Amino acid sequence: MTQRTTELAVRKQVTVEAAQARAFAVFTDGLASWWPLEGYHIGDQPAVTAAMEPRAGGRWFERAADGSECDWGRVLVWEPPSRVVLSWAIDANFKADATVDTEVEVRFIAEGPTTTRVEFEHRGLEQYAERAAEMQAQFDSEGGWSALLALFADLARS
Amino acid sequence: MVTYQGGEQVGVLGDAMRRAVFEAVASGPRAVGEIARELPISRPAVSQHLRVLKEAGLVRDERAGNRRLYELDPAGVSELRAYVERFWNLALAAFQEAAERAERAASEGSNG
Repeated sequence: MTQRTTELAVRKQVTVEAAQARAFAVFTDGLASWWPLEGYHIGDQPAVTAAMEPRAGGRWFERAADGSECDWGRVLVWEPPSRVVLSWAIDANFKADATVDTEVEVRFIAEGPTTTRVEFEHRGLEQYAERAAEMQAQFDSEGGWSALLALFADLARS
Repeated sequence: MVTYQGGEQVGVLGDAMRRAVFEAVASGPRAVGEIARELPISRPAVSQHLRVLKEAGLVRDERAGNRRLYELDPAGVSELRAYVERFWNLALAAFQEAAERAERAASEGSNG
């Protein structure tokens, strides 16, 4: 087994003014309260909500108005209130793809009664290598990622 | 949803091998033959994965005498990382906003 020290990953860190347990709960149980579903969706139909099943082996997914669901991946590690690891089986075109197994790990570290440092990592990005050029094109296109970015910008300002 | 018709195993193996080729290249400039000796795939298969990685801008090659060596293309790698990073920057900002809103709501509830 080779060590995967060379894999591509994005690491982020953000400090939130919220208790550790609350930050964990909002990220997981409260997924629908912050994940921007309106700007894009992975399934064929617009998604009206998103959810994460609170256990290892559970799904995280979006749900359309007609009740149909589209999986994003699985809960790989469930350790409330400090850590969750999710598989992100979404390809470079933001479509569900069971052959893509990138991972998202989120760690919640209490720094005070109402202060939590959130360490975030999305790894296995080398799987997107084949589609990197295509991703860039979509990122720049109207109504693709630009719509999502505009939505996020609105959220950040509000 | 995407459906798979018997090609799934091949696809998974293909992805895993491409990753292995990528990692071999990441450990330093390498020739096709060197990579093929370390992996359970043929030289043509290694070349095919390298071609895909090169087209994606993640790997570049250069001539060293009569050999062609492959190495990571730092520009392409950072571009891919920046693309994904931008998405999560915005998602995490939205999460931060929601978590702090929930905390304020709880605090107001307990004070009032």
